[in-house]
Amino acid sequence: MLRFTLRRLLNGVVMLFAVRFIAFFLLHISAGNVARNILGNQASVADVNAKNAEWGLNKPVLVQFWEWLVGALHFDLGSPWASALPVSEDIAARLPITLTLVFLTTIVAAIISILLGVVAAVKGGWIDRFVQFIGLVGFAIPGFLVAFGLVTVFAVQLHLFNAIGYVDFATDPVEWAKSVTLPVTALALSGVAAIAQQVRGSVSDALNLDYVRTLRARGLSFNRVVFKHVLRNAGGPALSILGVNFVGMLGGAVIVEAIFNIPGLGPYAVAATGKSDVPAVMGLVLVTAVVVIVVNLIIDLLTAALNPKVRLA
Amino acid sequence: MTTTTIVTLPVTKQESLLKRVLTNPSGIFSIGIIALVVLFGILGPLFSPYDPAEPDVYSLLAAPGPNHWLGTDSAGRDIFTRLAASTNFSLLTALLAVVIAIVIGVISGLIAGYFGGWFDSLANWLTSILMALPGLVVLLAAASVLGPSMWTAMGIFGILLSPAYFRLVYVTVRAVKNELFVDAARVSGLSDLRIISRHILGVVRTPIIIQTAIIGSIAIAIQSGLEFLGLGDTANPSWGSMLNDAFGKIYVSPILLLWPSAMIALITLSLVIFANTLRDELERTGAKQTKVKKGFTKSASQLANDSSASETIYHKAPNRGAGEQILKVSNLAVGYPDGAGGLRQVVHNVNLDINKGEVVGLIGESGSGKTQTAFSILGLLPKGGRIVSGSILFEGQDLVNLPTAKYDGIRGAKISYIPQEPMSNLDPSFTIGTQLTEPIRQVLGLSKKEANKKAIALLTRVGIPNPELTMKKFPHEISGGQAQRVLIAGAVSCDPDLIIADEPTTALDVTVQAEVLDLLRELQKETNTALLLVTHNFGVVADLCDYINVMQFGRIIEAGPVRDIFEKAKHPYTQSLLDSILEGGPARGAYVAPKGN
Repeated sequence: MLRFTLRRLLNGVVMLFAVRFIAFFLLHISAGNVARNILGNQASVADVNAKNAEWGLNKPVLVQFWEWLVGALHFDLGSPWASALPVSEDIAARLPITLTLVFLTTIVAAIISILLGVVAAVKGGWIDRFVQFIGLVGFAIPGFLVAFGLVTVFAVQLHLFNAIGYVDFATDPVEWAKSVTLPVTALALSGVAAIAQQVRGSVSDALNLDYVRTLRARGLSFNRVVFKHVLRNAGGPALSILGVNFVGMLGGAVIVEAIFNIPGLGPYAVAATGKSDVPAVMGLVLVTAVVVIVVNLIIDLLTAALNPKVRLA
Repeated sequence: MTTTTIVTLPVTKQESLLKRVLTNPSGIFSIGIIALVVLFGILGPLFSPYDPAEPDVYSLLAAPGPNHWLGTDSAGRDIFTRLAASTNFSLLTALLAVVIAIVIGVISGLIAGYFGGWFDSLANWLTSILMALPGLVVLLAAASVLGPSMWTAMGIFGILLSPAYFRLVYVTVRAVKNELFVDAARVSGLSDLRIISRHILGVVRTPIIIQTAIIGSIAIAIQSGLEFLGLGDTANPSWGSMLNDAFGKIYVSPILLLWPSAMIALITLSLVIFANTLRDELERTGAKQTKVKKGFTKSASQLANDSSASETIYHKAPNRGAGEQILKVSNLAVGYPDGAGGLRQVVHNVNLDINKGEVVGLIGESGSGKTQTAFSILGLLPKGGRIVSGSILFEGQDLVNLPTAKYDGIRGAKISYIPQEPMSNLDPSFTIGTQLTEPIRQVLGLSKKEANKKAIALLTRVGIPNPELTMKKFPHEISGGQAQRVLIAGAVSCDPDLIIADEPTTALDVTVQAEVLDLLRELQKETNTALLLVTHNFGVVADLCDYINVMQFGRIIEAGPVRDIFEKAKHPYTQSLLDSILEGGPARGAYVAPKGN
């Protein structure tokens, strides 16, 4: 188990380097653009070159990469070009909010889709058709459209929830719950669509397996066999869908945070992009890549915990 | 009345895939919507006298009317005109992403899959990196570096999407590469390029179309999302920028959100429905689905068939009358839906008795209905199967239509089961110990410690060396013979009155078969449990059974004490079964006459 964990961890670190290097390369080949974008078309070539020198963009790409890497290892992501605070501080203040949102969504989506998927596989009938319908609609309709619908109905028309803003959990748990309900719902739909269908498929396959009959023949009740044995064996594929979905959800969170005006990474990313604030955006890329890698690692470990055969691989 | 859907074999001749999609309601619906949206983008501007970007301060936020069909936005621009212009822009930028993804993904997938080598490893590694990247964040990074151009952004998004095609083509090529028809093409001297274009692209063409519909809907969603965030060039009207504009006026005029939202929802939904329809039709390959009514009963023809069938040949068994009967199966009939609203009966009028402590054989070829009879007694018929008529009296209680909760109290505790294939009958995710003790604790109400002790004792009894260690192992870590011993231990763990063993040795090596049979015989003698032995092998029944039932075509055709069946078989089928074991059957020990008579 330890070797398995270490190997996955090493994989993640290699991937992180690759992501970061590609980002650097992209920045390097278009270095002229960046300063030009910020300074405007009237700026002279000398001004652009001076700006590039100030940001170190005229150095060889490997030197830039090395300098950034040394900084990043000391949790210093550089100073943004368009804001006073260091990038790492800005991100540190906003990351928890985004993470709260996506992890809450993941948990909500996982619970709902496991229940829906199991019931659809076991009972069939209208709930099965409902899961297939959700699978189609939730997959096709982008989360931000759902967000618009929710805002229009529940916040604008019915005044049930706050349309915008975020209240810290520590400040007021009830208001916090009200402020995250709509964003989480909007983000969760596509996850529920994908995972519920996967759970439904794996459970209905697993129900026909020999050991299910044998366990029942030994006196275990149907529900016990389904929720302990079938679900555990169906868990692996569902978890990998959850992992894929999580990556998409991080992107979705950017838009949903912008819609609900939640001060997470989303608005920060949008603002930084609009101002061509490269250090800030690169810091964001790094942080999201770390989050994705950590989440994938957790999912790999959970899969291994569920399925003893994976541990050998 | 509930209905159930089952698949039957193709009845009509196979139609072309395109024709099947076009005649499918959801297929024609989704294609129609996609076509309408595209036409709206092309023709819409021709019908409108307005310029999509021209503000009109005299008609801000106008309601829909004859001048402005869908009203105007906060700058007084005509919404119909903007919507049509946006449709063009949104579809074209999404198309760019899809085309780039196809070009990169398909070509690299073909090369990596067909030629392999270093390119294969590199491409797969890059793919796993690309798939781990949150697309939107990368697009934000690109936009910050390259400036706000939706064309650039969607071009980069195309690269991010290419793994979807790469994986698809790669997997298919890997699977097809060694198929016979590709070998044949190679032998006949076709160049690699010809083989790829003629034979392999033909196989992946439809999956690529399906993938394209899905990728297209994702590209449209992302494109709109980026525009909504204000990261596109503001000069071009797009669904996303219309949403951005409308969202600012959500309290004033929420209907502004409706138009672009409806367009996005329509096109993404239609694309996904189209993809699903195409995939369903592709997977169906001609099979037709029929709705079947549940709750069927025996048809008149079945009843006539039952009564006209030949009677069972019974050999006299004078000693049996004295025993205490624990199981009496009478006139059992089992059926499955035949897909045409009727019933396909697999077990007909089966009568079967078992006395306390008796070993009864149920013998027949595969498909003779013996396993269905066994599952009926356990109340665990596969999905769709049901007992149509008859009764199963176990210790005086009829098990047919017994409530599940009551049945759960009988299974494991009083009737237990030894399956055929040991490996697939153990849950791969739990240790032997957990699987063994879970039902013991449930049925006998023992504590974890007591159950563990009992399980170790059972494993020792069934001849597992080092039982403490085996308790901690997973099913894939033990041999098939050991797995079968574990299952036997499980079956006897709660001291049942009847054990149903379904081909308990068939899946094992010949040497292990003999050992497992010995174990079964010893256990049966020790506990004096009744045993119903289901098998196709006369060698096995000769060794163990007191009484034999021979099944063919779902009926018991001959029944009697083991010695009578072996020496004086009357039914020609029984005789042929006996002959076959003498000719080429598996090795078995010397025939031991059953004790008693």
